[in-house]
Amino acid sequence: MKTESRLEKVLASGALAVTSECGPPRGAVPEKVKEKAELLRGSVDVINVTDNQTAMVRMSSWAAGILIRQLGLDPVLQMVTRDRNRLAMQADIIGAYSHGINTMLCLSGDHPHFGDHPMASNVYDLDSVQLIQAVVKMRDEGKFQGGKDIDHPPKMFVGAAANPFADPFELRVMRLAKKVKAGVDFIQTQCIYNLDKFETWMKGVCDRGLHEQVYILAGITPMKTAGMARYMKNRVPGMDVPDEVVKRMESVPKEQQPEEGIKIAVETIQRLKEVKGVAGFHVMAIEWEEKVPEIVEKAGLLPRPEV
Amino acid sequence: MITAVRKPMEEIIACVEPYDRILLVGCNECVSVCSAGGRKEVALLASALHMHFMKQGKTMDIREMTLERQCDPEYVEELVTSVDGADAVLSMACGCGVQTIAARYREKPVFPAVNTTFMGASERQGVWSERCQGCGDCVLGITGGICPIARCSKRLMNGPCGGSTKGKCEIDANIDCAWQLIWDRLKALGLERRIEDIMEAKDWRTSRDGGPRKIIREDLAS
Repeated sequence: MKTESRLEKVLASGALAVTSECGPPRGAVPEKVKEKAELLRGSVDVINVTDNQTAMVRMSSWAAGILIRQLGLDPVLQMVTRDRNRLAMQADIIGAYSHGINTMLCLSGDHPHFGDHPMASNVYDLDSVQLIQAVVKMRDEGKFQGGKDIDHPPKMFVGAAANPFADPFELRVMRLAKKVKAGVDFIQTQCIYNLDKFETWMKGVCDRGLHEQVYILAGITPMKTAGMARYMKNRVPGMDVPDEVVKRMESVPKEQQPEEGIKIAVETIQRLKEVKGVAGFHVMAIEWEEKVPEIVEKAGLLPRPEV
Repeated sequence: MITAVRKPMEEIIACVEPYDRILLVGCNECVSVCSAGGRKEVALLASALHMHFMKQGKTMDIREMTLERQCDPEYVEELVTSVDGADAVLSMACGCGVQTIAARYREKPVFPAVNTTFMGASERQGVWSERCQGCGDCVLGITGGICPIARCSKRLMNGPCGGSTKGKCEIDANIDCAWQLIWDRLKALGLERRIEDIMEAKDWRTSRDGGPRKIIREDLAS
């Protein structure tokens, strides 16, 4: 075992892992974090805490992570390289680890263009691959990115994202390989609606043996409405929602659409459970956290293993 | 002007070594003015390369050309026949020139022979200093004609910081403190009170933070 991470232990046990996420509030309301996290208790192994997601200011992911830790639950510190340089990021990693946060996700982050501070400077001192390298170096060599020794290095279980659907598709396996080369331990993918394309990507991943070097958690986001399906298809960059999924959502009356969305999510998990290389699921129910336990249960992923 | 300095010889040699026929292309604009990549520097680099490869017992065919402006497709078109006779292009222009060649001759490898450095001005013979970062929203009118973005090491908009010492920057005594310069100039202009005007948080969208930039002049565009 490289770390004390619950996620690492679950994955090492051979069980399918289940992760979810909780977006911190846009204000000083710690109760909101705790409420959202409590909804997930017992249904997931660890809870990702997003970092200024969609380039909107929120409570910092490490602060919200500490609140979750205080509940006895396990947060995953998401960290984007957009807002801070390597000094600030390493400082936050040490700080978070000192509060019992031992799992993190390295991301570049949405461009400020998409958020509510489009006038902000973007930092990108490091990119996501370089951040992975930095955190792995801190853990395995006990050294800062700049090369000096760390007194009591933080031991993070290191994750990253992968989008099997972005263009050019032929590069998608190679980009994952690059993150593996940088030393990443686990991957959480973009939400999957085009299962055929995801399976093609997974085959490419397995052909290169990458599934034996990194745990891949398949991204699942239940859709609430047909409108959300259309929005994700047409407006969210890098998202692949096939026409038949939109049509299926549209084919049921509005009040039954949430239920249909959950059905699709559960069926997706059922099918992907059988796909070689899938080590678990990352269930991102955006502002719909209360539905995660139902999805996880219907997908046959309960109870969560004791590790 | 855009300034540049030639890359170390070893790096240039490593790029062109695998080839037998090189087209070495200079530019008559900025890099010529800052003596990094004009006709003269092209000739010097060509002989240095000849010499190096001769010592290795290898004949390197180096064709020299210097274009009027390498960042202009019209002039880059002039390379069309010479490119055919070369295995690779070695460009002594700034990054804009290198990329114009790469875009035009898609199947020919192109290597930069200089490091593009900054937008600057000539201080005296042989000395150039950074003056502009192209933020896209010029503040020189309120900072006494001295740019705090390009010339303050922290790009402070409301300086100087506590590290300003005898007119110099805390990171290097050879760097003028931009805010000392701004202050001196405001005084000379009788505009001392300006220094207390708070410069609000900058909108960086007009700079590189807003993504790669483009100017489209409807009155000129074809």
